[in-house]
Parts: sequence; structure tokens; C-alpha cells
Amino acid sequence: MSAVGDAAGPASPAADKARGWRPNRMLVLNVVAMLLGIGIWELVTAVGVVGLPTPVAVFDQAVASIESGLLISDAAASLARVLAGFVLGVAVAIPVGFLMGWYPTARGLIEPYVQFFRTIPPLAIIPLAIVTMGIGEVPKIFVIFLAAFLTSVVATFQGVISVDRTLINAARVLGAGDATIFRRVVIPASTPFIMVGVRIGLGSSWATVVAAELIAAQSGLGFRMQQGQLYYDLPTIFVSLITIGILGLVMDRIVIAADRRLTAWQEKA
Amino acid sequence: MSPKISFKDVSRVFEVSGRPVFTALDRLSLDIDDGEFITVVGPSGCGKSTAMNIAAGLLPPSSGRVLVDGVEVRGPGPERGVIFQQYALFPWLTVRENVEFGLRLTGMPKAERRKVADHFIDLVNLGHFADSLPKMLSGGMKQRCAIARAYAVNPKILLMDEPFGALDALTRVQLQDQLLQTWSRDRRTVMFITHDVDEAVYLANRVVVMAARPGRLDRIIPVDLPYPRTEEIRLSPEFAALRNEVWRAVYHPRLQQSA
Repeated sequence: MSAVGDAAGPASPAADKARGWRPNRMLVLNVVAMLLGIGIWELVTAVGVVGLPTPVAVFDQAVASIESGLLISDAAASLARVLAGFVLGVAVAIPVGFLMGWYPTARGLIEPYVQFFRTIPPLAIIPLAIVTMGIGEVPKIFVIFLAAFLTSVVATFQGVISVDRTLINAARVLGAGDATIFRRVVIPASTPFIMVGVRIGLGSSWATVVAAELIAAQSGLGFRMQQGQLYYDLPTIFVSLITIGILGLVMDRIVIAADRRLTAWQEKA
Repeated sequence: MSPKISFKDVSRVFEVSGRPVFTALDRLSLDIDDGEFITVVGPSGCGKSTAMNIAAGLLPPSSGRVLVDGVEVRGPGPERGVIFQQYALFPWLTVRENVEFGLRLTGMPKAERRKVADHFIDLVNLGHFADSLPKMLSGGMKQRCAIARAYAVNPKILLMDEPFGALDALTRVQLQDQLLQTWSRDRRTVMFITHDVDEAVYLANRVVVMAARPGRLDRIIPVDLPYPRTEEIRLSPEFAALRNEVWRAVYHPRLQQSA
């Protein structure tokens, strides 16, 4: 131990351990809740509440869809669109957000557009996108791009302008110039903000892709639901909905895991 | 001998849309000798932090100038190390990486950098925490890391802005003693801002007392106590007398003037 005994010691691992058993208990509760939900669903459909398929029927449909390969190809089509639009959106948003945060001139020029387009739900752009870009992949990816871009750019910009002045000063007095401060202080300091934007951006990308496919697509989970609606195929709609939910959840978890790794240094209150 | 740091009629006026609204510092003139330990004490609004930031090159003066070794300060520089009250450690870097930060900027090769960093980490007794992130450290350990980071680039001057202000009383005393030990060895010039009268007297060769509204120099009180300063000195009548003198100067400036 150090020769100087500070009154407040470093955070003890014992505290973490005490919290450690909680997730297991939470997991049990979560599983119980899900089983309970499926039980109620079964009960409600068995009694004959209008139109809803039973859990078993939905499960059978899921198995059939997987076996026919349709579910996989639909999920892959939706995922591909989301990833293309999302990655493009974030890749453009981060440098633009940094520009806005670092250079007041860039901020003045870009901010009105960002703020204006932010008030328009990306879904509202779909009709325009279809008219101007046709019904291929481009308009869908563009709309997703827009959704991801707008959330991430605002978060990045916020991150840059809220970098602690003291940290910048600390770097300056150690001899750092603007470029070094930007690379070694501003970028890491704004990572937590960027990750919040990325997470929200992924959520809105996923929401947008399904809606875009409902309107105009020949593949994808949204398209499959649209078909299910036409043919009164409720199990297929359920299977698509559940798949959308699961994939969205998995993607969100991946972003959370990445966030944990990138911002593990943060002091959480 | 010419002074190490020289404030020459330094003023700082804060403006709102071009109109002066607040004089943070009014024509401060002060010479600090090489190797001297100066503490600056005064009520809030007396401009003590403003003066330090101007000397650090983080804030330009509205008029007047600060000379370091006879050269006018025009911005921050590694020969003036700064310790902030809020530690200002880079939270995403480990203790060692924080200490290496300034060394990296000088282009020092990696192996040497590490050697220098580890030396200063040991000096502040953080050897076991070299690979820890700041979030794992207590307040006192964070400030020791910040001190190691400042020492690592070998500044000729240390500018310290209430560095121990956020620490508990015991940790503060320990860090004061460590700081004095290091200072006795290397005799870097120190300008130490504080609002703690005890701390001001205990550390300094001279206590600079400032007054508020507008922030200005009130008086300079020499501290003729020997180094090393010890518990004994802290409890001595001479210390008490100086402490009272500084206290009265800080908290009852008008009373003193009329007396």
C-alpha cells in the first residue's frame, strides 16, 4: 500500500461482488415474467379472444418459416439495409458533429439544417424518397441513413461542446497544441456522448427499416408482415414482429457492450 | 537577481458584449524570486485564480504583462506546470498514461518515457496504482497523480490553484508535507493559491494577501519560519501569531486599514 493513507480508499471490489449476485436474480425474474406472459397469451387465445393466433401456432409458423428459409432471408434483407444505412449515417455524423463542435463557422452553417431535419420524422421522408429515388434499395437505405445521421450528429456535437474545459487546459499546460488536444482529449472525452447517439441511432434505424419495408419492398420483415396482412396470416405477422424485437434487442446489446468497453473509464455515480 | 515570475500592472476585466462589467484583477504587481514558495490567499473574488491563470498563459491579461525569466507570457508552456483543484486527470488514461501525457508531447522515446513516469509515480507513492484508471483513486491519490504528471515534464515553476481544497483535513496535511519535502529538494518556484490561512502560512516563504472588489494585492506577509516545517512549527506561538496576522488581513482588511 502507499505510504500516505488517504481517508477515502479506492473503490473496493467487495462492493462490486455484493452487487454481483443481483443479475442472476434479475434473470430468473425476467424468465418468469416471459413465461407468465406466454401463459396469459395461451389462456387468452384458448378462451377465443378475437383473431389472435395461439403461441403454438406462432411457434409452428416460425419453424416453417425457418425451414423454408424465408425468415432468414427476410431478416438478412432487413439487417443488411439497417447496417448499410446505420454505418453510413454514423460514419458521416461523427466527423460532421466534430466539425460543428470544434469550428463555430461549421456549426453556424450546418446547425440550421440538422435542427430542421431533426424535427421531421425520417418516415415522413419515405414518400419523397420513393418518388425521387425509385423503389429499389437506395431510398430505404437513404431514409435509414438520415435517421442514424441525425441522432448521431447531434450527440457528437453535444459531446464535443461539453468537453470539460479543465481537461483541455490541463493538456495545454502540458504543451499540447490544438491538433493533439483534439485527438487525445476531445475525441475520447466525447465518446460517451457519441455512444448514446449511436444507440439511439440504431434504434431509430431499425424502426425506420420496418416502416420503409411496409411501404415499398419485395423482401424483409416489414414486407413479410405486409403480405401477412393481405392474406390474414396472423402467425406470420407475429413471427415477423417477434423477430424484429429479438434482432433489435440483440443489436442494442451489442452497442451496449461496445459502449461498456469504450467508456469503461467513466466514473459512474 | 531578476525575479522568476514578475507581474507588471496586470489587470483583467471581464466584458459582456464589449462593455466592462467586472474587474477581476486590478493592476497587480508582484515579483516572485527563483526557488521561492509563495502562497496567495484572499476571499473569493480577489482575483487569485485569475492571476494564476494569467501566469499559466490560460487567460490573457486585459492590460499589463507577466514575465517569466524576463520573457513575456503569451500562452501555456511546459516550463510552467499547473495543478488544478479538480485534478484534471484524463479519466480514460491510466495513472501511468496520465503521467506520460506531457512526456509524449516532447517526443521522448517510449522506454525512457516509462522510466521517467514510473519515477514520479513512485515519488508520489502511487506505484501500486500505475495501471489503474483515475476512477479507482481517492481524491488525494488523484491529486498526487496530477502532481506527478506536472513534475514529469520538469517545469521550473509550479502554479497550484487550490490543489488541496477538495481534500479532507488529514489528507491535506499529508500532501502539504510531501509537497514541502519535494520543494526542499528541488527548489522549484511555487505559486500556490489557497483560501486556507493555515495552509498559506505553513507552506510559504511569503504570503500574498489579496482583497476583493476589485481583486487586488493587499499586502505581503513574510513568513520567517525555518524549513523543514514540522508539527512543532505548526503548533508554535510564532506560527499562531503569523496565522492571526494573515487571518486579520484576509477577513478584516478595513479594520486593519483604520487601525
